[in-house]
Amino acid sequence: MIYNKRLILAHFWLAFAVFGMAILLGEWQMFIRSPLSGWLRNADLYYRSVTAHGTVMGYVFPTLVAMGFGYFISEAALGQPLIGRKWAWAGYFMIIIGTIAAVVPVAMGLDSVLYTFYPPMIGNAFYYIGVVLVVVGSWVWVALMGVNLYVWKRAHPGASVPLAMFANVAGAYLWGWTAVGAALELLFQILPVALGFATTINAGLSRVLFSWTLHAIVYFWLMPAYIAFYTIVPRAIGGRLYSDSMARISFALFLVFAMPIGIHHLFADPEVGAGFKVVHSIFTAMVAVPTLLTVFTICASVEIAARLRGGKGLFGWVKALPWANPQMLTLALSFVMLGFGGAGGLINMSYQLDSTIHNTQWVTGHFHLIFGGAIVIMYFALAYDLWPHLTGRALLNLRLVHWQLWLWFIGMIVLTFPWHYAGLLGMPRRMAFYDYTAPGMFAEGVSVVMSTIGGALLVVSAALFITVLVRNHSAARVDPEPFTFSRAVHEPVSLPWALNGLGLWLGLMIALTITNYGFPIVQLMMTPEGRVPPVFVGGKP
Amino acid sequence: MSGPLLRNRWFVGSVGGTFLLLVFSIFVGFVWLPSAQDDSLFKGLLNSICSAAGVPRSWLGEASAPVTSPTKVSDVVMTPTTLDSPASDGAVGRGGTLALRCTMCHGLRGVSNSQTPTLAGQYASSIYKELRDFQSGARISAVMAPFVADLHDQDLRDLSAYYASLPRQQTANTQDLQSAPDIVATGAPMRNIPPCGSCHGRLTSKLGVPWLDSQPRDYLKTQLEAFAHGTRRNDTSAQMRNIARNMTTQEIDASVDFYSGTR
Repeated sequence: MIYNKRLILAHFWLAFAVFGMAILLGEWQMFIRSPLSGWLRNADLYYRSVTAHGTVMGYVFPTLVAMGFGYFISEAALGQPLIGRKWAWAGYFMIIIGTIAAVVPVAMGLDSVLYTFYPPMIGNAFYYIGVVLVVVGSWVWVALMGVNLYVWKRAHPGASVPLAMFANVAGAYLWGWTAVGAALELLFQILPVALGFATTINAGLSRVLFSWTLHAIVYFWLMPAYIAFYTIVPRAIGGRLYSDSMARISFALFLVFAMPIGIHHLFADPEVGAGFKVVHSIFTAMVAVPTLLTVFTICASVEIAARLRGGKGLFGWVKALPWANPQMLTLALSFVMLGFGGAGGLINMSYQLDSTIHNTQWVTGHFHLIFGGAIVIMYFALAYDLWPHLTGRALLNLRLVHWQLWLWFIGMIVLTFPWHYAGLLGMPRRMAFYDYTAPGMFAEGVSVVMSTIGGALLVVSAALFITVLVRNHSAARVDPEPFTFSRAVHEPVSLPWALNGLGLWLGLMIALTITNYGFPIVQLMMTPEGRVPPVFVGGKP
Repeated sequence: MSGPLLRNRWFVGSVGGTFLLLVFSIFVGFVWLPSAQDDSLFKGLLNSICSAAGVPRSWLGEASAPVTSPTKVSDVVMTPTTLDSPASDGAVGRGGTLALRCTMCHGLRGVSNSQTPTLAGQYASSIYKELRDFQSGARISAVMAPFVADLHDQDLRDLSAYYASLPRQQTANTQDLQSAPDIVATGAPMRNIPPCGSCHGRLTSKLGVPWLDSQPRDYLKTQLEAFAHGTRRNDTSAQMRNIARNMTTQEIDASVDFYSGTR
């Protein structure tokens, strides 16, 4: 039973609305730096666009999806109305105000600092305050998820926490903790300078603090997709989840290993010692464990569905899968993108191999494939599955849904594969235009044109997605069956304490943050010569 | 949970496993990999651990001293607060008095009618840096050197504040980059030439860099050529020398024509 449909729909709709706008900026950027367009006369327009695209796609869109889905899970899995409904709305409006406060100065050219801030560049304070408001708004959600689970546990002593809620709260706590890094950077490094209280900034310390956020935020984006893998897909295709415990262990391991690995974003930074870079590299490799556990468990769950439908043989069962089912299709497309993206990620996380692609277009290609591809396509699937339950109307046009999903997949491959290739050729990222007339840059030009075409397919797919959702609101009323999550082959009867709560894993997460970040942060804090004058962006002509 | 933590297999397994992984990765990062380095800073266990942890070391401790330049180089360090001082009250007034000696070349109100730079509305940071460089000899000018020789640092600050306070001349094509030549709006990336506008106004400005609009054509061209030939050397990191050296004659003319406007 879903009690607060309006709250959940508001989150999803705002998420998809800002997504629909920001994707246009992305395609414009790809076009403008391709040989199809002449050079921009004012490169700042490009950096404004990149800043807005990154801020919306990185902070606002996935956060709203996670929040909306989180509220949904809390009500559907725990079977109780959301506690703190007014707080939830307050958080929602904080995100709206924060987004406006951030995006308006960016559009005015006062904050072309890119969404990763890049101190010592400093822009107008409103942008940073807006981002802080978005984060604080999402912390309301983090707290509410904790409170709702706590109340439910008090009312159901000894009962097994539903898997969906276990994973949802893990994602919430992961976000709550990982956002602390960027919050510290904004509050103690950037904002004092932007507001005029300080005249120097410790750029190295700022970058280390941001790396605290920068990698685990990716796993926060990923959580809704993984929750859908485990708790929606097996049910939607008529199967069973292969192992409930394996799912819980995967989410727990994400909580532990997503945090102490962010310095792999700073492999080329001189302010961090090589030893810590190696340690973070090794811990990054550990993320492969929950990822592979997930791939194994979900493939096994899918096989169960196929065999229940009469599939036979070592691989023959694949044919028996319900390929017309959007959830099945999306899962397969998502896994393909996750596979390629993960393989590319192995290059990025390796201290030595990273030097071949660091700060090239490879990196942007990589995170678009993983996040925009494997994760966002699951957001679409999520919306398709939840929408009838939220609107009480039928989602009938499967043809359009299939077109949308395939277009997204093909568009993402056409966008990101040449993008990786351009990076291998050495094309740097974060530039507004490139001189394709130079000898040796022809191949880069061809690959950027291909990416531009891929991006156009994504824009069409995004438009189809919004169309499907909008049309659902005026479709025939139906009475959907009560929403259920996947059932495991062996439903948990009595879980070990470690898998029925997050305390152990949160403790490990915080301990590893201290061991892996403590020394670099303290050392940089005690290095006053690391403070440099800011480079003001915009504002002063 | 029942029983003491240390007997619980979940606790022992997860915490113990994580601890072992941490010890292993620390061993690899701080002891094993540094041992493969053929650098004196990584010799010995403590040395290698400190180096790998990123403790600041003097890498050039055993190297020879840096070569000193045979010519005078600029020693001005500009930060956003360089010109903030408690004595800045009344700076414009004092600067106006001092500026009486400048008017014969730079104009009564900082607008030059000859081939000398227009100073009205120029950034204080830029004027201050150039005055300091004239004083130290980092920028050579037989005309300017005697004028600044006897001025105190506060005088230079006051002069900079005064000229920065004067109204800027309006130019016809301000803010219009569509009509700007490529070298101003986009530069030439493959020759390491950034757009002029990314430092000198129109796109963005940088600290200590002059605003070039309405400067005399001959002055701009002479300075660009001086940078290209290396006869002007007070650009701290040789950025203007490297840019001007890579510019074609046509690009120099185009940029000079654009910034000088009708002058």
